[in-house]
Amino acid sequence: MQQMEFDTKWTMVVDVDKCTGCGACMVSCQAENNIAPMEEGSNKLKTLTWMLVYELNNGKEFPNREVAYLPRPCMQCGHPACVPVCPVVATTKDEEGGIVSQIYPRCIGCRYCMAACPYHARYFGWLDPVWPGGMDKALSPSTSTRPRGVVEKCNFCHTRLMDARARARSEGLDPNKLPDGWYQPACLEACPTGAISFGDVKNPEHKVHELVKNPNAFRILESIGMDPQVYYISRRDWVREQSDNHVAEDKH
Amino acid sequence: MDSNLFPEGVKRCGLPKFLLWMVFPTIILLWGAYAAAKIFYYGIGVTGLDNYFGFGLWITFDLAVIALGAGAFFTGFLKYILKIDQLKNIINLAVILGFLCYSGAMLILTMDIGQPIRAWFGYWHPNVHSMLTEVIFCITCYCTVLIIEFIPIILEQKQLNKIPFLHHFAHHLHVNMALFAGIGTFLSTFHQGSLGGMYGVMFGRPYAFREGFFIWPWTFFLFVLSAVGSGPVFTVLVCTLIEKMTGKKLVEYKVKALMGKIAGTMLCVYMFFKIIDTWAWAVGYLPTVGMTFDQMFYGNVYGQWLLWTELVLCGIVPAVMLITPSIRNNPSLLYTAAILDCIGVSINRYVFTVQTIAIPVMPFDNWEIYVPNWAEWATSLMICAYGALVLSLCYRYLPVFPQEVKLNKK
Repeated sequence: MQQMEFDTKWTMVVDVDKCTGCGACMVSCQAENNIAPMEEGSNKLKTLTWMLVYELNNGKEFPNREVAYLPRPCMQCGHPACVPVCPVVATTKDEEGGIVSQIYPRCIGCRYCMAACPYHARYFGWLDPVWPGGMDKALSPSTSTRPRGVVEKCNFCHTRLMDARARARSEGLDPNKLPDGWYQPACLEACPTGAISFGDVKNPEHKVHELVKNPNAFRILESIGMDPQVYYISRRDWVREQSDNHVAEDKH
Repeated sequence: MDSNLFPEGVKRCGLPKFLLWMVFPTIILLWGAYAAAKIFYYGIGVTGLDNYFGFGLWITFDLAVIALGAGAFFTGFLKYILKIDQLKNIINLAVILGFLCYSGAMLILTMDIGQPIRAWFGYWHPNVHSMLTEVIFCITCYCTVLIIEFIPIILEQKQLNKIPFLHHFAHHLHVNMALFAGIGTFLSTFHQGSLGGMYGVMFGRPYAFREGFFIWPWTFFLFVLSAVGSGPVFTVLVCTLIEKMTGKKLVEYKVKALMGKIAGTMLCVYMFFKIIDTWAWAVGYLPTVGMTFDQMFYGNVYGQWLLWTELVLCGIVPAVMLITPSIRNNPSLLYTAAILDCIGVSINRYVFTVQTIAIPVMPFDNWEIYVPNWAEWATSLMICAYGALVLSLCYRYLPVFPQEVKLNKK
């Protein structure tokens, strides 16, 4: 499938070595995007966790054991597996910036996109969302709520991009050339260690433009060729080695 | 009591006995209907599906019954297009089975999609790049063709056939059946293929992804071949089951053996390509994405035994049995081969559906185990019960088996 290129490419860079696994990004994502708490939240396979923090380890026993935490939003792939499979064009990648969109009123809930995504970044609303005890009064006004039966996922807090563009227009700037830091997803804002960076990778004035060139930068599953717009940085070999599958003779 | 409704010259059991039998599938049907009502009311969250397993028993069931229902289009193709006349003795059953399998699959799909009232979006907002769009169009069109093929069988019911208009209508449908058989063959071939294509294009899933020809991955062609290699013998098995239950001979054995020969030939072709495909995938494709053959399997649930059972015990063995005349002409061995063949294609659909998404593609991810819950089983069994009920009614009241009178003469 032909890959679409954009002048702006919103990119997230996560410094795995700075992440403490506190989960603030997950919580802020839930609040920002109006994700209802689940009655049975212990079943992690049925929760809506657009941003999920994985725990990695070096496979050794104490005292040589090391752990790392890897936050995983939607990868907004340059060559997404989810987009061509959707039978009703409910998910597309055609807007300037390269964010993979998800049109909730269009989705029929066939879950083919979930089957296609190896990152498990897509989530299905299995049950009706219920906000207990007046929590619905505190919903974020800028984000739509979703009915059950549709697939949803991280969109880099797209509403914040809309807000940033509106601000740029009001200040007489080009809304397609936002200054660094004007558009920040909720997870970045909540991260206490500054592990998450975000910006336009094609804009030399944005921090991520340089960050992705870091020799310790990597993306997950490069060999499959999905060209994600989320990069990770780690100075630890064993973390980088877990970024992709490598047959025995082809180790890093 | 209802003997005036029976086909000409046949004997059927008394109505009370028939109704007593009908109670069993009806109970299962009601159990399934209860589960379906719960699913529609509360959402798919009441099933065993989760974010890891968006596809599960339902899709496996759909794919398996659609493959087994391929007897309809393939037998229709052989009877009406290639003019293999002997098949007229089993074509009615093949058509009814095809209709039941396809309509059953569509009933399951209404539950399986999260937003059933948006099901028509597939036609209104079609994504021409999606194999599922092709499936949606083909399955609907082919189901319509199956209804058209089924109608003349219903209209040939003794009392209905006395009405001149219905008699002529059925006759004209019959005359043009070659046209519908041709359309059905085209649609179903594409549909079977697109179901395979659905998995083959998932380049993020190394278990299922395949290179291919033009826009079609190899799985497109493998699914078509495996369906025509198993559908005809499924028809034979159902026919034999009805024979055993009613104690009557309904179809001449040589017709069944011919169906076995046809399925066996197609199964041989399928196995030839399937083995090459599996080999090329294991040693050619997997290393390019940094994975090994062993990484594709896990524990007993997703063990290699599934692959070897599918390829050898339920693939090569029945293929050889079905093309060997001496084995094929022995009823017990033919039925054994047929059962193995149908199990093989069902395993194939299961692994493509469940194993494909169970494999952790990210190195730090975990294998997950999928266990369907009662709601999925109940609704799947509901479709089997629906099939049993319709088939029972068809057998009792419609002239399904043209040879029945001749074969059961005392």
